[in-house]
Amino acid sequence: MSKIHVSTTVNGDAVEFLADPRDTLLDCLRDQLGLTGTKEGCGTGDCGACSVQLDGVLVCSCLVLGAEAEGKTVATVEGLSNGPDLHPLQRKFIEHAALQCGFCTPGILVAANALLTQNPDPTEVEVRYWLAGNLCRCTGYDKIIRAVMDAGAEMRGTH
Amino acid sequence: MPKDDLKTAYRLVGTRPNRPDGLDKVTGRARYGADISAPGMLHAAVVRSPHAHARIIRIDASKALALDGVKAVITRADFPTGLTGEDWNLQENTLAGDVALYDGHAVAAVAATSKLLAQDAARLVEVEYEVLPHVIDVDAAMQPDAPVIRAGTADHSVPEGMHPNVVKYIEFGHGDLEAGFAEADLVRAQSYKTEATHQGYIEPHACLGQMGADGKGEMWVCTQGQWYIRRMCSAVLGTEASQLRVTPSEIGGGFGGKTTIFMEPLALALSRKAGGRPVKLVMSRAEVLRATGPTASASMDVKMGMKVDGTITAASVNFRMQGGAFIGSSPVGEALSCALACYTVPAVFHQGYEVLANRPKAAAYRAPGSPMAAFAVESLLDEMCHELGLDPLAVRLKNAAREGAKASYGPTYNRIGLVETLEATMAHANLKVPLGPNQGRGAAAGFWFNHGGETSVSLAIGEDGTVTVSVGTPDVGGSRASLGMMTAETLGIAYESVRVNIVETGALGVNEPTHGSRATFASGLAAVEAAKQAIAQMCARAAAEWGIDAEAVEWLDGAAVPAGPNAGKFPPMSIAEIGAKMGSTGGPISGHHEVTAGGVGASFGAHVVDVEVDPETGRTTVLRYLVVQDAGRAIHPAYVEGQYQGGAVQGIGWALNEEYVYGADGRLQNAVFLDYRIPVASDLPMIDTVIVEVPNPGHPYGVRGVGETGITPPLPALANAIAAATGVRLRSLPMSPPKVLAAIKANARG
Ligand code: FES
Ligand code: FES
Repeated sequence: MSKIHVSTTVNGDAVEFLADPRDTLLDCLRDQLGLTGTKEGCGTGDCGACSVQLDGVLVCSCLVLGAEAEGKTVATVEGLSNGPDLHPLQRKFIEHAALQCGFCTPGILVAANALLTQNPDPTEVEVRYWLAGNLCRCTGYDKIIRAVMDAGAEMRGTH
Repeated sequence: MPKDDLKTAYRLVGTRPNRPDGLDKVTGRARYGADISAPGMLHAAVVRSPHAHARIIRIDASKALALDGVKAVITRADFPTGLTGEDWNLQENTLAGDVALYDGHAVAAVAATSKLLAQDAARLVEVEYEVLPHVIDVDAAMQPDAPVIRAGTADHSVPEGMHPNVVKYIEFGHGDLEAGFAEADLVRAQSYKTEATHQGYIEPHACLGQMGADGKGEMWVCTQGQWYIRRMCSAVLGTEASQLRVTPSEIGGGFGGKTTIFMEPLALALSRKAGGRPVKLVMSRAEVLRATGPTASASMDVKMGMKVDGTITAASVNFRMQGGAFIGSSPVGEALSCALACYTVPAVFHQGYEVLANRPKAAAYRAPGSPMAAFAVESLLDEMCHELGLDPLAVRLKNAAREGAKASYGPTYNRIGLVETLEATMAHANLKVPLGPNQGRGAAAGFWFNHGGETSVSLAIGEDGTVTVSVGTPDVGGSRASLGMMTAETLGIAYESVRVNIVETGALGVNEPTHGSRATFASGLAAVEAAKQAIAQMCARAAAEWGIDAEAVEWLDGAAVPAGPNAGKFPPMSIAEIGAKMGSTGGPISGHHEVTAGGVGASFGAHVVDVEVDPETGRTTVLRYLVVQDAGRAIHPAYVEGQYQGGAVQGIGWALNEEYVYGADGRLQNAVFLDYRIPVASDLPMIDTVIVEVPNPGHPYGVRGVGETGITPPLPALANAIAAATGVRLRSLPMSPPKVLAAIKANARG
């Protein structure tokens, strides 16, 4: 089967790649573009490890075809920090020990960033329901929830 | 070191610095199993049996090999024969021989130039099967009419006349059981069942392997133990261990499930067959659930005798466990040993049977065997306390194992912290929160042995006085931080001046995996000893420089100093000065420690959970959760809390939702995360923790190891809480909404 030429923007950079019609966006990010920060935990939309933003919308990149990224903008964990300056979520995850193995972390950071963008002051319950699609097997979520709430507070300037 | 010598105030131990690998892990830079590629790399896919039990009549790979870009297909015929014991089990589980033993058992593997091509080619491999009768349930597998999975597997321990699927029998105990039960005011016996669950690490198994015709190979793999991968792959492939160099990737969770091999030898065998090209093999989630280590399922009887004052006079347990189609894979021995380990009981007797079933080969899962055993014993204990009108936590405290007591499984306990743990639990504010309608509170205790094991650590002083530590235990949740802290504490230098590297198999002596809660304990102990060796050398260098005896120099705050006024007056010589001069003062300075670490400190915990059960749906909501556990010493308390919280939540999943669901055809029906439902953030409250510290006298900083005990109490604690909320006792897991609802309805009908 011949491949599809895709032009898209990833983390602000214009990129091109050739996608098999069956390749997911996740496959293309990882295998074509070398952006392996986005993880595959299930490939069926159940774990959230592959979370990215596509034109600002939070999606499971394992459920999007690579070809669908044509002309769109993709934001992955690699684009979260501003050069050497970490995003507050990234800093708070380290400070709160909100990661153990760290495999769920990229997806959770991307999802939490999407949450704080549209709801800068979420309640604990709102954070828990927003992140219900992001599985973490290590932490029991406690420190993750605290880190997200704390990052939100810092971003609102209420520290 | 006697426990009284253990300092209680430290500069670094007990603080919460940022973990050294944090930056890599929040930026997506950390490289896990599937995150690397190699020039000329091929991709592999595995052909798996769709049958629970089937004879393999014929494998025809001609159509697959005819595809452009398919470079190799392997079957069992590509592996050496004549393996025995666990090596044979590992080989058989890697790739079926004559018979596929469970749904998902690998039968062939393909390597091709792309992932999609490999998957297409795998579908073109034709396998002809003769389907055989199968058995899934542990009790059914022991019945006279059960299909025989592999005749002749049983060892000598099995009593005559049992079904050939019963492959191992264990019994042990002490005291006069009959007299103990006769002395009791209340004797009760009950039966319990738990279903298999999966470790559920979010990172699927992944590796990149390369092997030439000369048997030299390399492997990058997500594993808890690179030396185990090396030894097991070499055994399965018939190659020499030292010719295989195994580098551990970052690991996306293991929980015991990544202490063994599943598909790693396939990547190496494919590479060998494809002329030495590197082969990448990444499992799908369905493959992980169908073909990698779930835990055992269990069927258990417990009998206990208690006096009206709560004294336990006698207890006996009889456990049956299946760990798949392979002998030695179920943790029945551990389950028996853990069952009564929390209590001092004058008369105990344990019996256990290991049984084969057509299921995947069980792997270790966090405190293997202990959660099932606790479910049975702690549930019955709770029931009896309520029958006698006693406070279940007070009864646990009354019978609690203490220093000097003979453990139910044989040895005599050294200093342990169960009493302190139960006291802290009973004093916690959560126990005073009033409960509403349909709400209930449940408690339980739990135990794990902890483990030392083969450990080798190396430490080197840099030219600027900073320090590199090489350890062999992969970091599953912050051990780089705790090891760096202990090393820096010992050397009297900044935490940031130490870099801890997890190294490949060529760089150190043999290390056991990160298992048994041993990384911070055993690698920590070895790192401290290695640091002390380096300190001795640095003191000797300073002594030579000053022209005094090495004994007249001591190490203080990261510098050599004269020991007392008689040694002479010299300014402190810092580690940086000594490092800068080492080339001219005798050469590189390093420390090593190799040990099979003893001095393990047993671990005890107690959990209290409040639940609300919806009488309309049977759904259980966890309202409040408390974990109290003795850490010995918490080196980095945040990561200790993390272990407590993570273990508790895995236990909550096991108790309430998780199970392997098989159809009548013996196929696993829920091999996706949507249907194998692990706890999600919205299922849970915050998980409260209390770290009790009763230092382990066998470790320089008092560490016990904290990884495993936390998964043990949730199973019974939730059963006890649900019983308190509903008046209904569930004795089989999971306590999923339909089961709880059916039990409530049956109870209402009386
Ligand atoms: S990998 Fe996409 S949701 Fe799990
Ligand atoms: S930190 Fe391991 S899965 Fe979340």
